[in-house]
Amino acid sequence: MILNDLIAIKEKEIAGRKKIILRCCLAAGCMSSDSKGVKEQLDKAVADAGLQNEVEVRGVGCMKLCCEGPLVAVEPENALYVKVTADNAPLIIGALKGSKAAIPQADPNSAFFAKQLSIVLANSGIVDPERIESYIAMDGYQALHEVLHEMTPKDVVETMVKCGLRGRGGAGFPTGLKWGTVAKSPGAKKYVVCNADEGDPGAFMDRSVLESDPHSVLEGMAIAAYAVGADQGFIYVRAEYPLAIARLQIAIKQAKTMSLLGSGIFESPFNFNVDLRIGAGAFVCGEETALMMSVEGKRGTPRPRPPFPAESGLFGCPTLLNNVETFANVPAIYRKGAEWFAGIGTEKSKGTKVFALAGKIKNTGLIEVPMGTPLRTIVEEMGGGAPDGGTIKAVQTGGPSGGCIPSQHLDTPVDYESLGKLGSIMGSGGMIVMDQTTNMVEIARFFMEFCMDESCGKCIPCRAGTVQMHHILDKIVNRKATARDLAKLEELCDMVRNTSLCGLGQTAPNPTMSTLRFFRNEYEALLQSDPHGAQANGTANKTELGTK
Amino acid sequence: MAAKTLTIDGKQISAEEGATVLQAATEAGIPIPTLCHLEGVYDMGACRLCIVEITGIPKLLPACTTKVAEGMEIKTNSERLRKYRRMILELLFAERNHVCAVCVSNGHCELQTLAYSQGMEHVRYDYTFPKWNLDTTHRLFGMDHNRCVLCNRCVRVCWHIEGAGTKNVSGRGAKSRIITDLNMPWGDADSCTECGKCVMSCPTGALFNKGSTVGEMERDRDKLEFIVNAREKKQWIAD
Ligand SMILES: Cc1cc2nc3c(=O)[nH]c(=O)nc-3n(C[C@H](O)[C@H](O)[C@H](O)COP(=O)(O)O)c2cc1C
Ligand code: SF4
Ligand code: SF4
Ligand code: SF4
Ligand code: FES
Ligand code: FES
Repeated sequence: MILNDLIAIKEKEIAGRKKIILRCCLAAGCMSSDSKGVKEQLDKAVADAGLQNEVEVRGVGCMKLCCEGPLVAVEPENALYVKVTADNAPLIIGALKGSKAAIPQADPNSAFFAKQLSIVLANSGIVDPERIESYIAMDGYQALHEVLHEMTPKDVVETMVKCGLRGRGGAGFPTGLKWGTVAKSPGAKKYVVCNADEGDPGAFMDRSVLESDPHSVLEGMAIAAYAVGADQGFIYVRAEYPLAIARLQIAIKQAKTMSLLGSGIFESPFNFNVDLRIGAGAFVCGEETALMMSVEGKRGTPRPRPPFPAESGLFGCPTLLNNVETFANVPAIYRKGAEWFAGIGTEKSKGTKVFALAGKIKNTGLIEVPMGTPLRTIVEEMGGGAPDGGTIKAVQTGGPSGGCIPSQHLDTPVDYESLGKLGSIMGSGGMIVMDQTTNMVEIARFFMEFCMDESCGKCIPCRAGTVQMHHILDKIVNRKATARDLAKLEELCDMVRNTSLCGLGQTAPNPTMSTLRFFRNEYEALLQSDPHGAQANGTANKTELGTK
Repeated sequence: MAAKTLTIDGKQISAEEGATVLQAATEAGIPIPTLCHLEGVYDMGACRLCIVEITGIPKLLPACTTKVAEGMEIKTNSERLRKYRRMILELLFAERNHVCAVCVSNGHCELQTLAYSQGMEHVRYDYTFPKWNLDTTHRLFGMDHNRCVLCNRCVRVCWHIEGAGTKNVSGRGAKSRIITDLNMPWGDADSCTECGKCVMSCPTGALFNKGSTVGEMERDRDKLEFIVNAREKKQWIAD
């Protein structure tokens, strides 16, 4: 494969395009409401109408407005049918010839779509994720070619530093810095690992990227591997994502067949292979050191850092570990340049962020917005606000490691620093909207229960601390707790976050602490008066409960 | 090897490069409480009792896995650390059923000793009273899960000193449990060589020699160190 071959594939693919393209979502959301049946019936209806030469029915990835699925988009007409059933297929085909289809449509120019800026999801819902040619037609693998032939690994790292991309797995660590560290770590063997464990409740960004555009992740990994000097990659995907796994397998096979993975890629000395590793369902295996243990076939428990994976990771070798969305940003950055990417977003948070919008909100689905977009724009304009005349009470970001941002702070721009200041985190992109009926103490208990169940059990503060914190939260919800219990809870929050071994324990108190910060009255309203004398107003006798 | 100078609790000391903060402190006669640490096997930083404060590092770090560095300023015994350690111990006592009065290790138990030394007077958390069983299927040894603190010492000695790989952890969180072979009764675990090293390593009364009654179970920890020294440093003397 040389550049001309790649361009020839692209041109052939474009030249072969039919006049009308029906894009039918075949990502997990719509598949769960039988979009596969819709696609089959559309194919049949096209054949029945004898339109095979004019109409292509293309299975694509997520088209973002998942709550209205199954979705079918018509090109070039720019219509977007929603809640399509298999029976609707003949109507949709009929409408191509002018008859009006009585099927509900969404407005592709509404705020939900208009306010999005797609980098990571640029191909999502457009390309057929099971055909590499479809990705190549969108300039796929051109960035890899350019990197291999026009740039030294050092240049590649420098571009990454310059563009300002930060890790999308949660903590927002500067990606260029990480690549540079791995590149500098001595070692003949290095690895690149893609973290696709995505375990936050309510989050499905990474799943959608893998189901909708797997090649962008593979290309991103290959570019990263060249930059750091690795020749082997692993993608660690959770077993609960069978469709993502299947599409990755297809993508890897197709890339190998075209020598876009394997030995001597683009006739250069660069070799890179990618293998899948399937997770067995533990949230903690998303933590990088636990993930690497799991890839090695061991029990997935975190270990103390340092050493960081960049120095000593998988099988003791320097390892670059990035999130799915981080890798998916990479090809566009090299195609369009660091300056282009650095021009999007805020001063310290560059580019876009994908969120899985869920909860008490009209439009749920996937959104990608520039960093710095105010929360209000996301939930009120794009999300359409709370359904059924409700009012938004809070927005939860960062899942079990994050916090709840109350409605009075909805004008906060979405970037790493601003969310951090409010006691939440950007997290990997779960965004759960809560309305006035939500009980914040129950929310805190829900996330604490999650952390308690998912604690690996290695270190005592997290293993036993989450049990006690959950127990106290449960007592509060059931109106059995006193102000002393609340003081004990706060003391435990402080201890567990400061003494736990890994991020799971260190952040497990966050949802509790953030709801205590903004909704303390809800906790206090549930307290009983203390039989031992302290008042049920949260001002427990702290000297007694504290250090003795 | 190059020496590093550092300050621990205001005392200037020097330590070999590559040494842990725990080793440096121990050498200088500064006690740091530990539970999962065991001489002879690698450290895993699990119990968090040995956490220390290091100037310039916002996070607390475990002394047993943190390497010394030039100019480090370490505090091992601040009010905050003492409070956290007491809370960790309280959590442990509330987690399983540590009824010391009827334990084979009463009086020789590291958990008990730690509670005394750290000034833990009572447990302010609700006991969880979980139901754990007793495995007495082995010819020589027994395991009482009620007293296990999941320090992992038995697992590490079984794998890395004895090389048998009988002991392991199954489950996660508070449901984690030490198992033998593929979660079978210890007596049926074929890989067990009956060496007894796990029993020697256990800090509490969880692992015991059969036939010991209350307070009788004392452990010969030096034997483990002796074996490791013999193997790694070719030193055949017990001290
Ligand atoms: C308990 C826990 C779970 C995590 N789960 C994930 C996950 O599912 N996906 C992910 O990309 N990162 C996860 N992380 C963060 C990773 O440890 C790591 O920081 C990240 O994958 C690095 O990639 P990035 O630099 O591209 O963000 C998790 C961290 C913790 C502590
Ligand atoms: S903080 Fe929790 S998940 Fe992390 S190592 Fe400790 S017990 Fe395991
Ligand atoms: S007696 Fe020896 S071999 Fe058997 S479980 Fe204990 S350490 Fe392992
Ligand atoms: S059985 Fe003993 S040595 Fe093993 S983990 Fe439990 S307390 Fe530690
Ligand atoms: S899954 Fe079909 S639109 Fe998102
Ligand atoms: S002795 Fe250091 S963490 Fe247990």
